[in-house]
Amino acid sequence: MLEVSGLSKTYGEGARATHAIAELSFTVHEGEFVCVVGPSGCGKTTLLRCLAGLLPPSAGRVTLRGRPVSGPPEEVGFVFQEYSRSLMPWLSVRENIALPLRHKRLGRAERDRLVEEAVESVALTGFIDHYPWELSGGMQQRVAIARALAYQPEILLMDEPFASVDAQTRADLEDLLLRVRAAYGVTVVFVTHDIDEAVYLGQRIVVLTPPPTSVQEVLDVTLPEPRDQVETKELPEFAHLRAHIFRSIKRRQSLQGQGPG
Amino acid sequence: MNRRRALLIALEAGVPLAALVTWWVWSAQAGSFYFPPLADILTTFADTWVFERVGSDVLPSLARLAAGFGAAVVLGVAVGTALGSFPLARRVAGPLVEFGRAIPPPALLPFAILVLGVGDAMKVFVIAVVCLWPVLLNTVDGVRGVDPTMLETARVYGIRGAQRLRTIIWPAALPQIFAGMRTSLSLALILMVISEMVASTHGIGYFVLQAQRSFAIPEMWSGIVLLGLLGYLLNAALALVERRVLRWHRGARSSALQ
Amino acid sequence: MSRRARGWAQTWAGVAAVLVLAEVAARTELVPSRYFPPMSRTFAELAGQLGEGAFWAAVGQTLQGWALGLGIAAAFAVPAGMILGTSVVRYRAFRVIIEFLRPIPSVALIPLAILVYGAGLESKVFLAAFAAFWPLLIQTLYGMQDVDPVAVDTARVFGLSRLERLTRVVLPGAVPYLATGLRISSSVSLILAVTAELVIGAPGLGREINAARVGGATELLYALIIVTGLLGWALNSGFATAERRVLHWHPAQRGAR
Repeated sequence: MLEVSGLSKTYGEGARATHAIAELSFTVHEGEFVCVVGPSGCGKTTLLRCLAGLLPPSAGRVTLRGRPVSGPPEEVGFVFQEYSRSLMPWLSVRENIALPLRHKRLGRAERDRLVEEAVESVALTGFIDHYPWELSGGMQQRVAIARALAYQPEILLMDEPFASVDAQTRADLEDLLLRVRAAYGVTVVFVTHDIDEAVYLGQRIVVLTPPPTSVQEVLDVTLPEPRDQVETKELPEFAHLRAHIFRSIKRRQSLQGQGPG
Repeated sequence: MNRRRALLIALEAGVPLAALVTWWVWSAQAGSFYFPPLADILTTFADTWVFERVGSDVLPSLARLAAGFGAAVVLGVAVGTALGSFPLARRVAGPLVEFGRAIPPPALLPFAILVLGVGDAMKVFVIAVVCLWPVLLNTVDGVRGVDPTMLETARVYGIRGAQRLRTIIWPAALPQIFAGMRTSLSLALILMVISEMVASTHGIGYFVLQAQRSFAIPEMWSGIVLLGLLGYLLNAALALVERRVLRWHRGARSSALQ
Repeated sequence: MSRRARGWAQTWAGVAAVLVLAEVAARTELVPSRYFPPMSRTFAELAGQLGEGAFWAAVGQTLQGWALGLGIAAAFAVPAGMILGTSVVRYRAFRVIIEFLRPIPSVALIPLAILVYGAGLESKVFLAAFAAFWPLLIQTLYGMQDVDPVAVDTARVFGLSRLERLTRVVLPGAVPYLATGLRISSSVSLILAVTAELVIGAPGLGREINAARVGGATELLYALIIVTGLLGWALNSGFATAERRVLHWHPAQRGAR
């Protein structure tokens, strides 16, 4: 469905150029939940912005259903890490979610139904007329997820969405995400620096190298579904996978550290 | 703690009251030609402004003020949005804007009289020109300062054109635009008065200067009091509108500080 | 570097385009040249004025009114702001009076100024000082009230006296606010100086501009307006530069314009 081939991104020109991404390729299949994990400082966010059409790649290309991505495609929803800055403080929860629907040619009733369904699926029905800044951080991120869902994307891109909430809220949000994904049947690309989160959520994991970033390996996750915060994380396969990814990232980092600098 | 609060409230009400009483008593016995008894000023105020000259002087003054201020806000937001959105426009227009706002506004009065005569058009024009710069510059800052994450959100969800302006850019810039409007409003009042002093046959500014020239001192003072009241009320009204419109802004800021 | 040069070129191309446009519009009578003389004639007039003693005298008189107004305002506003800003009781006692007096348009006092001080320098300075007083007072109050409580507590723990706390902790923290206040007050003082010259007829650029209009010397009128604008611009950027120097070590400056 989503195909990344030979993607490179370079900032600046000439001698002072930094190569953020180099020759990166992978594929996302229909209905899949793919986690992208890599050491901090590797071009995870840059990669996701290229996928969303927010950044033009320097070389290579991104195709969605065979069509090259040059600007943000209509089939893509995006959830940012900075929820407080991606929700509009002057709009209520309802208005924030309805905002992207205004230019989709929908009837009023249809629009209201989409908004209310999305709010219900993230369990915020009682807060639909509140302003985002009246809600906690975790609730605000749920609003951002609801906004993405109501938009009815075929693919949902998420940029470290749970990185700025506390641990308990984070576990709740992870389970909520798995539930609504099943309900809406949407393809997800989820970027994180947290290996546990990637293994817990993903069906496939793309492990990235330090910059210039490319794909180090792609792992299939065969953990049983539905996942469970306690039981899944007790499985030997879970422990095995996270140890494998952890070693793989560490090894690569130390290799690069010893290089000619 | 409660006694301290009571003391503060008493002070807050008492000191201004004491100041008024002092003025009242002092002016009553001073016999100064320039500073007539406060009682006389208030009587004259009632005789002159309630509601004798409201239709002939106050309302025309306020109408010109509103017209100039309104035109400046519309134009300032429109041009400011354009300059804030396009770096090239900003670079080309930059020195002209810098120069335009640096001219002390009253210096434009003779120019306006030369070109537009001494009628309403001249006064509205001068008020509008003066009010334009603070609104324009603040709009530019506000538009340039819109959070990049918000702009990316708009791009991802296909919000563009007029909808992007209406739902993202302008609301985000509104706190700054209001800051500009507050500055503009006090300038508007000043230019309203000056333009009437320099070239007019009616209006509050004309009345005050005329009263001074004919040594009608209590009348002059009553005009000064009226201008003070107008300044206070107009500022308060704008602050009220701002509180209403920017309720989300204060809420968002105070929750961010926690 | 080349990018910066391009931006610079675009900026000056804009200025040149406006000047050429104004020249052409006047030459072709697209706008009546009786009202809008060609820019070349205005600048020729300006160049001629630069050799005239009377012109420089008028510039000096305007600057004198500005400087005295700003100076007197600062002499009253800064101490008053310090006195009121360092005590909640004193601040609350005078808050209502300040809130009432501040929005009074200073030009309302023009008749009073004529009456008490006549039509000369004194009136001009009185009006300029009155108007410039308020922004500076408000900024000083903000500066006093925005002192970091941790810094004050630290100073107390180390046994600094009240006076030492004021000079070592409170005042340095308030400097950015004072700088902003001075910048705003400077432009207000200039506005009121020119107003007084224009309305009352106190000697200075404002009076010369009006005289040029009455005498039908249109080129001179524009030349003098340009000079007044340049004066305002020079004072503005002088204060803005000084402010940036001061702000450069103080990241917490906010909300004041």
